[in-house]
Amino acid sequence: MTWFWGAILFWLAAWALNARLAAGPAARHPAVRLAIPALFGVTLLVLWEGIVRGLQVSPVILPAPTEIGATIAASLPILWGDFVQTIVKGALSGYVIGCSAAVATAIAIDRSPFLQRGLLPVGNFIAALPIVGTAPILVMWFGFDWQSKAAVVVVMVFFPVLVNTVAGLAASERMQRDLMATWSASYWQTLWKLRLPAAMPFIFNGLKIATTLALIGAIVAEFFGSPTRGMGFRISTAVGQLALPLVWAEIAVAALAGSAFYGLVATIERGVTFWHPSQRGRS
Amino acid sequence: MNRLVPILTVVAAIVAIWYVATVGMNAQWARDQAARAGVELSFGEIVADTLAQERPVLPAPHQVAAELWKLTWVEETTGRRGIVKSGTLSNRSLVYHGWLTLSATALGFAIGTGLGFLLAVGIVHNRAMDLSVMPWAIASQTIPILAIAPMIIVVLASVGLTGIVPKAVISAYLSFFPVVVGMVKGLRSPEVAQLDLLRTYSASAAQVFWKLRLPASLPYLFASMKVGIAAALVGAIVGELPVQQGGLGARLLAGSYYGQTAQIWAALFTAAILAALLVGAVGATERAVLRRLGMAQ
Repeated sequence: MTWFWGAILFWLAAWALNARLAAGPAARHPAVRLAIPALFGVTLLVLWEGIVRGLQVSPVILPAPTEIGATIAASLPILWGDFVQTIVKGALSGYVIGCSAAVATAIAIDRSPFLQRGLLPVGNFIAALPIVGTAPILVMWFGFDWQSKAAVVVVMVFFPVLVNTVAGLAASERMQRDLMATWSASYWQTLWKLRLPAAMPFIFNGLKIATTLALIGAIVAEFFGSPTRGMGFRISTAVGQLALPLVWAEIAVAALAGSAFYGLVATIERGVTFWHPSQRGRS
Repeated sequence: MNRLVPILTVVAAIVAIWYVATVGMNAQWARDQAARAGVELSFGEIVADTLAQERPVLPAPHQVAAELWKLTWVEETTGRRGIVKSGTLSNRSLVYHGWLTLSATALGFAIGTGLGFLLAVGIVHNRAMDLSVMPWAIASQTIPILAIAPMIIVVLASVGLTGIVPKAVISAYLSFFPVVVGMVKGLRSPEVAQLDLLRTYSASAAQVFWKLRLPASLPYLFASMKVGIAAALVGAIVGELPVQQGGLGARLLAGSYYGQTAQIWAALFTAAILAALLVGAVGATERAVLRRLGMAQ
């Protein structure tokens, strides 16, 4: 029970410290703003560890963080192989294909208001559907390897990016387009120099939504059949063997990969749309 | 009219492309069968065959529609285990499986939205909570949370919880974070001038909450509820994959095991119809509530 009460004590102490930090004058300092959520995260881990050890929770139900950490360290080659199979081959290739296809389609239908009026509601509708359900069909068509996972990802990311890009291409103002017209700019010049840059905040919004969808698609598609590697495969088989530390290790990798992927896209966004009000004022 | 014509055109185009793809993707099988039988098929015969195969690579739209009809109305009214003959929903019909998925989705969504709402209220009123929890709530949006679904199902089953609860837990988890993030934004949306006005009336924190913050947050709440309910449905479907105890996810997986493509597509369309109904219901509630509050555009 020492573990349990120790963890509770740590939690109360950390919470008191956080409350003081948040209320105190130092709360505006960037280091403190980082320290508070970090402390909260550490508290959660300590609480988790303390409860698992103190109440002797079976590792089949919930393994302790230290055990998960040990598993991560011990099975790095497996985790790396799964990471390459699912994230690099499945999710990333599908993400690139799907997003470029969506942007290209948006530019293609941009010239026809008729198509836009028709495709936008349909696209919005499809974006709300449970598209992961197409995974068994695509696995049947493209085989068990990463190609089928990439196909699922393509279908999942296509519509959110399409809808956002179409909205973005409409974002430049009448006045700005008229100005381009007075310079007798061609359609492509207007597109390239005015409308695409103006659309970038919208496009990146879609791209950021798509990062999570891509990972979800790649992992869930593996539940429907995969070669003997990949994160979804490992999760579903390890759960079957009740090897929960390995499952948690895969989830930790998935979480890290998801945040890193999102962070990468957000960093590129900051570089591309440096002029946008939401990005200015941040150094 | 002005809006309907383009939409119908696009839908018609999609159906047309689907038919062409059906012919293209199923032609190989038709040709193989013909070659084995030693006959030569004309183009018309190939087209006729591809649109009526038993286990097509891609079933034609009318085959999917027929399967949907067969697995709902026909199964329930004339099937041996249908509701007319046995008094309970047939376990072969999509009405039964759709209902299983829908009930898990609804329960999970209610739990997730309720908890998300409470956490958002806490975050807005407690600065320490805001600074420590909010970054994690935002970061959690970038994580493929759905990956934990099989584990939740199996772990809860090992402690004796099966049926609707584990699926609802996944649905709740998925709808939780969008609601938290949206609600915090919404509860913070009143302007300083409005908050100051209430302070000049010496309104208490509870009064500010009920009379200003909560009404102001409703548009945000409904926007995130639409995201949340779609996510909850996906969660329930994925939650049905590891344990084959009925539901649309179980139908999808069973169909993919046995190569019953028409069954997969029928389950997929049922899921799509459910999603449309759920999002539509949230949208209708939103319009009704906002009109009642005089906030409709």
